[in-house]
Amino acid sequence: MSDAATALREPWPDLDRQRDGVSVGIWLFIASEVLFFGALFLGYAVYRALYPEAFRIAGAETEVFYGSVNLLLLLTSSVTMTIAVDASRHGMRRTVIACLALTILLGAAFLMFKGLEYSADIAKGLLPGAHFPLQPPQTQLFWGLYWVMTGVHAIHLAIGIAIVGVFALILWRRLLPIESPAMLGVATYWHFVDTVWIILFPLLYLVDRS
Amino acid sequence: MTIDSFMTAASDYANEVDGTFWVLVVISSLITLLVAALIAGFSLRYRRGSTAPRGPLSERFGRDVEIGWTVATLFLFLFIFWWAASNQLSALNVPGHAMEIHVVAKQWMWRVQQPGGAREINEIHVPENVPIRLVMTSEDVIHDLFLPTMRLKQDVLPGRYTYLWFTATKTGVFHLTCAEYCGTDHSVMAGRLVVMTAPDYARWTNAQPEADDLAHQGEAVFHSLGCSGCHAPTSSIHAPDLHGLYGRAVPLADGRVVTADEAYLRDSILLPAKDIVAGYAPIMPSFRSAVTEDDLVKLIAYLKSLSSSPDAGVSPASGKERAGGTPALPGDRRMGAPQ
Amino acid sequence: MTDAAIADAAVDTQPASYLTAGHTLLSWLTTTDHKRIAILYAVSITLFFFIGGIAIGLVRLELMTPQGLFLTSEAYNRLFSLHGIIMVWFFLVPSIPATMGNFLLPLMIGAHDVAFPRLNLFSWYLYVFGAAFTVYALISGGVDTGWTFYTPLSTSYATGYVVAAATGVFVVGFSSIATGVNFIATAHMLRAPGMTWFRLPLFVWAMYTVSMVMVLATPVLAMSLLLVIAERAFGLPIFDAARGGDPVLFQHLFWFYSHPAVYIMVLPAMGVVSEVIPCFARRTIFGYAFMVYALIAIAVVGFMVWGHHMFVAGQSPLANLVFSFLSFIVAVPSAIKVFNWTATLHRGEITFEAPMLYALGFVGLFTIGGLTGLFLASVPIDIHATDTYFVIAHFHFVMVGGTVSAYMAGLHFWWPKVTGRMYSEAWARFAAITTFLGFNATFLPQFVMGWNGMPRRYHYYPDVFQAWHVMSSVGALILAVAYVLPLIYFGWSLIYGRRAGANPWNATGLEWQTSSPPPKENFHRIPRVDVEPYAYDAFVHLPMADNRTPPSLPSPASGGG
Repeated sequence: MSDAATALREPWPDLDRQRDGVSVGIWLFIASEVLFFGALFLGYAVYRALYPEAFRIAGAETEVFYGSVNLLLLLTSSVTMTIAVDASRHGMRRTVIACLALTILLGAAFLMFKGLEYSADIAKGLLPGAHFPLQPPQTQLFWGLYWVMTGVHAIHLAIGIAIVGVFALILWRRLLPIESPAMLGVATYWHFVDTVWIILFPLLYLVDRS
Repeated sequence: MTIDSFMTAASDYANEVDGTFWVLVVISSLITLLVAALIAGFSLRYRRGSTAPRGPLSERFGRDVEIGWTVATLFLFLFIFWWAASNQLSALNVPGHAMEIHVVAKQWMWRVQQPGGAREINEIHVPENVPIRLVMTSEDVIHDLFLPTMRLKQDVLPGRYTYLWFTATKTGVFHLTCAEYCGTDHSVMAGRLVVMTAPDYARWTNAQPEADDLAHQGEAVFHSLGCSGCHAPTSSIHAPDLHGLYGRAVPLADGRVVTADEAYLRDSILLPAKDIVAGYAPIMPSFRSAVTEDDLVKLIAYLKSLSSSPDAGVSPASGKERAGGTPALPGDRRMGAPQ
Repeated sequence: MTDAAIADAAVDTQPASYLTAGHTLLSWLTTTDHKRIAILYAVSITLFFFIGGIAIGLVRLELMTPQGLFLTSEAYNRLFSLHGIIMVWFFLVPSIPATMGNFLLPLMIGAHDVAFPRLNLFSWYLYVFGAAFTVYALISGGVDTGWTFYTPLSTSYATGYVVAAATGVFVVGFSSIATGVNFIATAHMLRAPGMTWFRLPLFVWAMYTVSMVMVLATPVLAMSLLLVIAERAFGLPIFDAARGGDPVLFQHLFWFYSHPAVYIMVLPAMGVVSEVIPCFARRTIFGYAFMVYALIAIAVVGFMVWGHHMFVAGQSPLANLVFSFLSFIVAVPSAIKVFNWTATLHRGEITFEAPMLYALGFVGLFTIGGLTGLFLASVPIDIHATDTYFVIAHFHFVMVGGTVSAYMAGLHFWWPKVTGRMYSEAWARFAAITTFLGFNATFLPQFVMGWNGMPRRYHYYPDVFQAWHVMSSVGALILAVAYVLPLIYFGWSLIYGRRAGANPWNATGLEWQTSSPPPKENFHRIPRVDVEPYAYDAFVHLPMADNRTPPSLPSPASGGG
């Protein structure tokens, strides 16, 4: 059962144009996010080029296990999200909502493991400051960037979970049809958050780790 | 303080900058007058109700004019760029025998160390007609040393050395000021640049209380901090020999080759793990907590002296040109650390 | 009662429009109508304009004597910092795009609204949220880092409310990004049938290019401020030299945004001027295509010149050379625009209503501002002039003499469309001329002071500069009066102003083909476009006698209003 009429919003003349509009809008937003994270990656690149040895020493302390588990979780969540998008195109209501729910669960699991990882990091004293356990001092640069990069990513993920959650609720309550153009926007954002982790993972967890 | 103490051109370079400035003023004024005259003229001639001829211009005329003034503007701007750039480039080469004065900026004062050992606060005494190279660093935030009569300024950064060089051609007392907002008393972080004739400068230097020169003081710091424990040739620890180090190319463990300039020496003392020399283990501890900025200035002066007279260890320094001189480093530039 | 009075009385009943569609405060605060959102923005930025203006008024008063009058250095430093932060992010950046862009973009392209109306409202709430942080910082005592937040002063040494102020700017940046996303999608997807790219008014092109810059540059500012907050609030070292960090890295990140930001402030102004001058010269814009390419060139090359703010920061001479070169290049398209506006006057039929006075003022003042930019693009000149009043004068010429003049031009030009009322032309002209004179009196002395060595951000200064400072402060007083006047006569016009027709200026452009004020849905029927923009030349072919009274534009084949 499709309900095209309720999906069309002002000021769009037709649903196809609206769908394209959502696409344009979300990709522009992704572009801005690329520059947002890009500035961070630039800082990382500059300091890693300046202090390769310190970054090697500092990078050896990251929790590869948690990082890898999280990578798998997010990659899987992108699969479930993709299935949801495809199902929405075919009007498969139950599949869509189930996949969105799975995506949320996987994202929440990521955050849980992240919390465990942060506890482990803190237990090792890896908070930059007077009692930082590693030498030389530039290892604190790596760890400062670590906390900012993973923190900002986690916030993006949390926002993503909230958005997917609200969207799933809206679909479940039939406030929007399953084929809603908003699906693509939500999915694109989710894939972007996943992509950021795919880039972060080697930068933080695979520094000279063979 | 008179406008002279700000605006007098006290070096040849300052005169060149002024020349460029006035050329730009003339060009800009002409363009501004042209635009203003056209706007005023058209406004008058083509105001509603006037009898001037109207009607469209031919499209080709419009396009030709458009291309014409685009190209003309581009050429004019490129010309100005070239003129200014040639000013900039010719000022980049520091004379090899420049006299080095160390400046440490902190909120909200300037501490100056003359090569002869004299210390000054908020004042820099220099002899005229001698190239002066200021080696500057900050203890806290970013400051900027501004010498208006030299038409020069340079940001002074924490954790790094930056440089300014000039040759004063006029004696007098000139303004020196901070030109990078640095907190509450930024506007009173000012001082004087005192340019004297060479004999006056020599007299002034000799009258200063600190008799010992920087390099000697540096040697004392070198021993008191225990550096010779590892770096002396007789030490059992495998540490790089520091004789002749300054100015030399140093191969590093990661394959790069760097020049041992002031920044390298400073980093080696404060952040020894940053650039490990090839063939050596990274065992040197950091002296960050043990050494002050003033100590660093002295240590670096001492290490430099190890290069100018490899066997003597310390060269006799005077207020002006040092025997043997300061080697002009390949990367030495007016602005910023060597590349 | 005379016939005229009866007619006036009949006309004076409020016609149905977007203004009458809902009278409650809630209807305004939950609106998704781009026109109402534009007004929400206009009220907000006007408030902040005057807050920022009062701050600098106090500063200019303090600068009347070299040793200060009534402020401590702490207070002085916080006032000029506040002035910069408020004026840049809470006035200039949103000014023309969020008010006129929001109101006019859908009208000019023949759409019912922007692409994402709810995102539009959200962007205003982001502005308000960001403003709240800044007001909190202000009330708590202010921030003292300058609007540039340089490290390590901002991260480790400043005593003011850096985190609050930086958070405020961080949040309001996302308002910018949201607006930019909206405008680009709108321009791409919602143009009326027949409205091809090269039939768009230059104002739309300006909104489009400025939106690209907002979307791509603002995130870098957001990250640079986030890193400052991370270091200051959480002790995470990013720029700390003692641990190997580089304070100059902050400057690169900051200026990578803040240079394009000045084009964010200037491109919309150029768009406004390109609408006003053809209308009051009754001629099509000279060189439409080149004007479009110039907008695009400024937006693109504007991303490549940020290092010219850092010639003395410790960059290599090679970097200085490259940035200097590119800075000269970016000046060329701006110069072309100045020539084209001037050429548009040629063979026109010129009248001098307030919008035109402001627009012509823009051209002159922007020319001076831009030429002094060439001074600063020359490295040896900049080494002397940077961080002095020369730079302050330069950027005020382009941002105030430029952008604010254009903002005023646009405000007057579209006031009848937005409110349905005419303002008092006599008072408006008086204000325009007073603005021009007051502005020059304020900022021309600053060029002289700056070249003579007067540094910027100075509370106390050497006696020699007092005469210039006094001149500048007196000019600022005149300017202040000129800025308060519009509040009065615009306010008056809302109640007593003559009701405006659909097209009081006989201008081209789709926004004039609908009523003043427009109906909520903009057009009763989406128009179809088949004419080139700025078709004013149609008039000029008429014989001389008829040129005295410009006839109204023939109505298009289909149309609304």
